[in-house]
Amino acid sequence: MKLGIYPGCSLTGSARDYNESVFAIAKACDIQLEQVPDWNCCGATAAHNMNKELSLSLPARILAQAEKAGLTDIVIPCAACYSRLMVTQHELNNDPVLKNRISEIIEMDFKGTTNILNVVQMIDLYVSPVLKEKIVKNFSHKVACYYGCLMVRPYKVLQYDQHEDPQGMDNVIRLLGGTAIDWGYKVECCGAGLTMSKTEIVGMLSGKIVKDAARRGAQAIVVACPMCHSNLDMRRPAINEYIGEKMDIPVIYITQAIGLALGIDEKTLGLQRHFVPVKMAEYIPPVPESKKQKAKEPTNTI
Amino acid sequence: MSRIGVFVCHCGENISATVDVAKVAEEASKLPGVVHSVDYKYMCSDPGQTLVKEAIKEHNLTGVVVAACSPRMHEPTFRKACAQAGLNPYLSEMANVREHCSWVHEKSEQTTQKAFDVVRTMVSKASNNAALEPIKVPVTKRALVVGGGVAGIQAALDIANTGHKVILVERSPSIGGLMAQLSETFPTLDCSQCILTPRMVEVAQHPNITLYTHSEVESVDGFIGNFHVKIRKKARSLDEDLCTGCGLCTTKCPQKKIPSEFEQLLGTRPAIYTPFPQAVPNKPVIDRDNCTFYKTGKCKICEIVCPTKAIRFDQEDTILEVEIGAIVLATGFDVKHSDFFPEYGKGKYKDVIDGLQFERLASASGPTQGMIRRPSDGQIPKKIVFIACAGSRDPAKGIEYCSKICCMYTAKHAMLYKHKVHDGEAHVFYMDIRAGGKMYEEFVRRAIVEDHVNYTRGRVSTIYELDGKLIVKGADTLLGAQSVEIEADMVVLATAGVASEGSEDLAQKMHVSYDQHKFFAEAHPKLKPVETNTGGIFLAGACQTTRDIPDSVAMASGAAVKVAALFSSDLLTREPIVARVNRIPGPSHSTCVGCFLCQPVCPYQAIEREDIKDRAGNIIKSLARINEGLCQGCGTCVALCRSKSIDLLGYTDNQMHGEVLSVLEEAFV
Repeated sequence: MKLGIYPGCSLTGSARDYNESVFAIAKACDIQLEQVPDWNCCGATAAHNMNKELSLSLPARILAQAEKAGLTDIVIPCAACYSRLMVTQHELNNDPVLKNRISEIIEMDFKGTTNILNVVQMIDLYVSPVLKEKIVKNFSHKVACYYGCLMVRPYKVLQYDQHEDPQGMDNVIRLLGGTAIDWGYKVECCGAGLTMSKTEIVGMLSGKIVKDAARRGAQAIVVACPMCHSNLDMRRPAINEYIGEKMDIPVIYITQAIGLALGIDEKTLGLQRHFVPVKMAEYIPPVPESKKQKAKEPTNTI
Repeated sequence: MSRIGVFVCHCGENISATVDVAKVAEEASKLPGVVHSVDYKYMCSDPGQTLVKEAIKEHNLTGVVVAACSPRMHEPTFRKACAQAGLNPYLSEMANVREHCSWVHEKSEQTTQKAFDVVRTMVSKASNNAALEPIKVPVTKRALVVGGGVAGIQAALDIANTGHKVILVERSPSIGGLMAQLSETFPTLDCSQCILTPRMVEVAQHPNITLYTHSEVESVDGFIGNFHVKIRKKARSLDEDLCTGCGLCTTKCPQKKIPSEFEQLLGTRPAIYTPFPQAVPNKPVIDRDNCTFYKTGKCKICEIVCPTKAIRFDQEDTILEVEIGAIVLATGFDVKHSDFFPEYGKGKYKDVIDGLQFERLASASGPTQGMIRRPSDGQIPKKIVFIACAGSRDPAKGIEYCSKICCMYTAKHAMLYKHKVHDGEAHVFYMDIRAGGKMYEEFVRRAIVEDHVNYTRGRVSTIYELDGKLIVKGADTLLGAQSVEIEADMVVLATAGVASEGSEDLAQKMHVSYDQHKFFAEAHPKLKPVETNTGGIFLAGACQTTRDIPDSVAMASGAAVKVAALFSSDLLTREPIVARVNRIPGPSHSTCVGCFLCQPVCPYQAIEREDIKDRAGNIIKSLARINEGLCQGCGTCVALCRSKSIDLLGYTDNQMHGEVLSVLEEAFV
């Protein structure tokens, strides 16, 4: 099985662990991942706030490159990249005039025929069917699956999962022998866009996510987005400051969870790269937060 | 040679502002067959009509063309005027130069030209017109009311009180509808059942009303005044004549834990049950899906205990065939349930309920005897959040419209809760408060001011459960969209009202049109709100759009008057616009070859077979014949006929051909 992959900037930088684990499970499940040749930035966050044509041209060029290379299916692990490429393909396929205009700008023929997959869709299609025979040890942990904003929204464009209460990762965790808890912050904002400029807001928004997961006894938060990961993991000092105590709940990628179940060693999965140490093997569930004293909330609680 | 009169109307300035009406009249006078042509400010006014009448007499006209508005507006006016002047009304024609010309074009030469073109075609039509006589059909003076909620009850009673027979069909085991499930009603807080049940009893006792509950309309054929309806009377598994309604069977039934539809699944019922104590008729029905006997073949306890031996396990559905003159549809509406909202838990939180469920909790006859207790653990909730517009006014949910009743019932719910739980807190999230109606706004103010219900303007984004509490996250848009979190014990969603289940199916059976939300469509949104586009079928209550009780009752009485008007004469006059198969002298008798391909395409089953016999009685030819009572003049058979043997009276091939030719004639400029 051969799939194209568009890594984007984060998978070669801050989310190397994500990249490593995607390739590790792909290898274990006989999926060949071939990079889109000569790929460029998807323009996430900045471009679509500045210039519409630019924000469509950048992803359109990536897709045109994939088309040229004959990659009919591409997987995009980063949720922001996934969103940008999906939005572009959706908008251009619904507006022939704009499609011609963008094709002129990128000086390439953009057809809009690529099948774009996020990482959970790739897992559903090519990993889950073979999981049963490949699992070495059950991932028997209680985890909170966190989807964030871009992987499931806007529904009109993505047509993926239940956008208010997604189940994609929860189902994968169940297949791995784990428990996915029902919690309140599955699709809440982590503050991604403000991670550089207003860290204290990220501390609050991500803090609420971490706190809810921890108080419900989750042993880890499972994500499929580099921005979610860096906010919940790298910004842990800001989160701890907001909550007022040290939270040690680790944040892992869904691909790392699968990798652990497949018996792939932690280093290959990049688990040592996390800021919050991941010790899933010897993990002891914390005392549920509800039994401890409640931390103060700055929001308007009536 | 025909003698046509042309009358061009200014319609105030509606036509004359963009069309040179004098020129149109002048040019029309030069058309072949036109002997008289004038223009006038208001042709529909009395002097305008007199102009037409006098011209008919003076010029001995054989046809009239009025160039004015759409025939849907004033064709009847001018037909009547012609008849008064002694001209067959079907010899008059309307040339629509307003909707089709002056309203949609700028003032110009071409606009005047187009107006003239329209007049010219209609002159051609008029010169080919033939006199027609209206068709008289008998009226069956018996009405069918479909749906036994408050609208259906009111319509049935009003029609029955005019002295006509009514058949009331209700698909559930009792009449009463949604109103029977409500606890109190806004804006007076009087008990819903107390005001409804006398009407239900009146229906049961009325000599002119025949009630079929647990029954559905199977099929409808025919036309206004002459419908042929089949009603499926579903098996009650009971001899209704023997049953006294003692209820012993319902107390002995071993199945007791079946979620009750009437209690909105908050209470239970046995497998043989009457939906509620005041049910009309007060005769139980066996729910065969849940009955032990039907599942296992053993039990029959109800049969054993029944003092009158009324249980009939082998009873089957029966089909009743009835002749009906007019139909009132009063099938009401449904509400969405909490499982429609993934952001509010998609039904997984027991204490997130819909408005109708709250009605049952608040009802003295409900599963909690009127105590507000939450479904999960029976505790009395100390803090309730009411969410208005749950689903309504939300294009993302596919429900763009306002459900209209929720603002009022949410205020009522919050008020009822505060009256029952004095130390409780009631919060309402709303988008706008739409309290249009007599004493409605005052009612909402009372909830806010006297009963201290906290109204927060904003939407609720999500609800999740934490430590037995429901965390309601919303925004207060009057405080700059500040986020608000409320730890509630129970949440009540004022869920959208939607078309009743099966309404699309029913509309298709009735040949009634419906909107994109499956609500039945009225004939005109303002001037014909209770009529449908199908003659003889009327609407009452919330099957047209969600309505409250006063509106539903008013509409039902309106529909009843329409039915009574229809029943006020023995014969119904119908337009003679029907199809006819030609007849010529023998030996061929008709150009019809008797292929009968027209028969299956006729939507009204109006085409019959006629056998031509010789003197000895031998069939020499079979021809198609059209029943003028059934034909609706759609023209499908005309288009299909291979030998061109069928013509539509008033729109014959010859007349249409003449119109088309005259359109193609050269312009006058």
